[in-house]
Amino acid sequence: MSSATLRMLPPAGRLKRLQRAGGDVSSLRLVERHARVYRHAWLVFASGIFEPLFYLLSVGLGLGVLVGKVPGPGGHPVPYREFVAPGLLAVSSMNGAMYDSTFNIFFRLKYAKLYDAILATPMSPAQVALGEIGWALLRGTIYAAAFMLVMLGMGLVHSPWAVLDVPVAVLIGFAFAALGMTGTTYMKSWQDFDYVLLASMPLFLFSATFYPLGVYPRPVQVIVECTPLYQGVVLLRDLTVGVVGPDLLWRAAYLAILGLVGLWVAGRRLARLLLV
Amino acid sequence: MAVLSRGDDSPQTPPAHEGAARPPVPPRPRRHGGAPRASGLSFRAFQCWLTVYRRIWRSSIWSSVLGPLFYLGALGIGLGTLVDKRGTAGLGGVSYLAFVAPAILASGAMNTAMGEASYPVFGSVKWNKIYIAAQASPLRPGDISRGHLMFMTMRIAMNAALVTAYMWALGATTSPWVVLAWPAATLTGLAFAAPIAAWAVTVRTENNFAYMFRFGMMPLMLFSGTFFPLSQLPAWLRVLAYATPLWQGVSLCRMLSLGHLDVPVALVNVAYLSVLAAAGIWAGARTYRRRLYV
Repeated sequence: MSSATLRMLPPAGRLKRLQRAGGDVSSLRLVERHARVYRHAWLVFASGIFEPLFYLLSVGLGLGVLVGKVPGPGGHPVPYREFVAPGLLAVSSMNGAMYDSTFNIFFRLKYAKLYDAILATPMSPAQVALGEIGWALLRGTIYAAAFMLVMLGMGLVHSPWAVLDVPVAVLIGFAFAALGMTGTTYMKSWQDFDYVLLASMPLFLFSATFYPLGVYPRPVQVIVECTPLYQGVVLLRDLTVGVVGPDLLWRAAYLAILGLVGLWVAGRRLARLLLV
Repeated sequence: MAVLSRGDDSPQTPPAHEGAARPPVPPRPRRHGGAPRASGLSFRAFQCWLTVYRRIWRSSIWSSVLGPLFYLGALGIGLGTLVDKRGTAGLGGVSYLAFVAPAILASGAMNTAMGEASYPVFGSVKWNKIYIAAQASPLRPGDISRGHLMFMTMRIAMNAALVTAYMWALGATTSPWVVLAWPAATLTGLAFAAPIAAWAVTVRTENNFAYMFRFGMMPLMLFSGTFFPLSQLPAWLRVLAYATPLWQGVSLCRMLSLGHLDVPVALVNVAYLSVLAAAGIWAGARTYRRRLYV
């Protein structure tokens, strides 16, 4: 190497620090650890695919017949199955991310003492947070892809925009994983987990997942429009049906900002909890 | 049975005085369950769970109180507006809220039962070892099992009472028979809790419960005539659905809530659920003995 090139490179110390701050590689170690653990419980992992499948079947066989057509995106009537499937995808992304980032992380934090062990290695708390969320996203991607295959098989997808469904589902997962993780760092005992259920259950039921927003009176509509799951449901539903507008961009930005803020807070909180 | 008095905190018989006639033994103070006979011992085990619950009841109170209200609101009222608009002939002419509310009652009882009979039972052996402590007391395996079942029944009945009250308040039921839907739902819960607890105590890893919830609870909740009438299912699936315990419970609760009681069907439902509960209680005494003592 010529001396000119050498001079252009940042000093070795700073390079190392940059690498560490990038953190991608170290965070991947945590993802690898979880993948290895789940090899012993792969059926638990795989069974997560069945839950939305059961929901879809139940809607297809039962509720769809009872409800008929509902006003979908842009006011066009769509069959109930096509209306509800994207909502279920959003819900399963949220639930998967929330459970992974609350129950599992709490267990690792308080009982398995996993993070105490990890911090004896060169990994930093921020990298732990990033690795945990990376794992939640990987898991979410697999579930979302499986769900999309089922939707395709059932003939519920009509628009080419639906290829964006999987990344959007992962974005929903990212936002809720970061939120859930932040919440977990404030929890003191298993009893606090009732609040997780208390937050996720109304989101699941009332975020225009099972019926259009128009069912509510106007003040309730405004409240529902502010919730993150509603944004995710609208994103996925519009993409799947193929009614796409610029509003989808700020809906996605809302979820991304929520996730990034959550990630930042969770990293700081973990550092404080683990006394770094 | 000298051991039986060990758990009793009645005062010791005062020592006999020298030369004097023994003072008459005071009658045992009758607290809580009365004399510690066989049934009393189960009651002691139940009291242990009550003591625990007094400390942790906050952990489930919000989801117990608000959860069914959310479900009734979202499905019964929200989704109900869509279903009712299209016509409710398929539901037997009643509103969707009236159709789905008793199913939410019965499946809620099942959910409580599955929650209380799985991880807590397993944890009593593996995590907090309440059963191991009970094993060192005069309680017999059957008492430990039945005592815990009494507590589960209490939790199921508490949640079912709330849902029944909501149903009445929201106008989801028009029949006075709905007061009997409460014990019917509790029986449904017990029909799940007893066999599951008998099984959960034998389980070696908690992953089994994840499978139970995914492949047992979810399909039961979705396909047992809960959210849509069974007549919509294909014939082979319908036969399967009729055979599930949840359908028996839903059928019973729905008949009582709507006030169209078909007595022979109701008797079959009750008999089915009672046999399942009794078999679970019987099996529990055996599996608890095998797991805790042998």
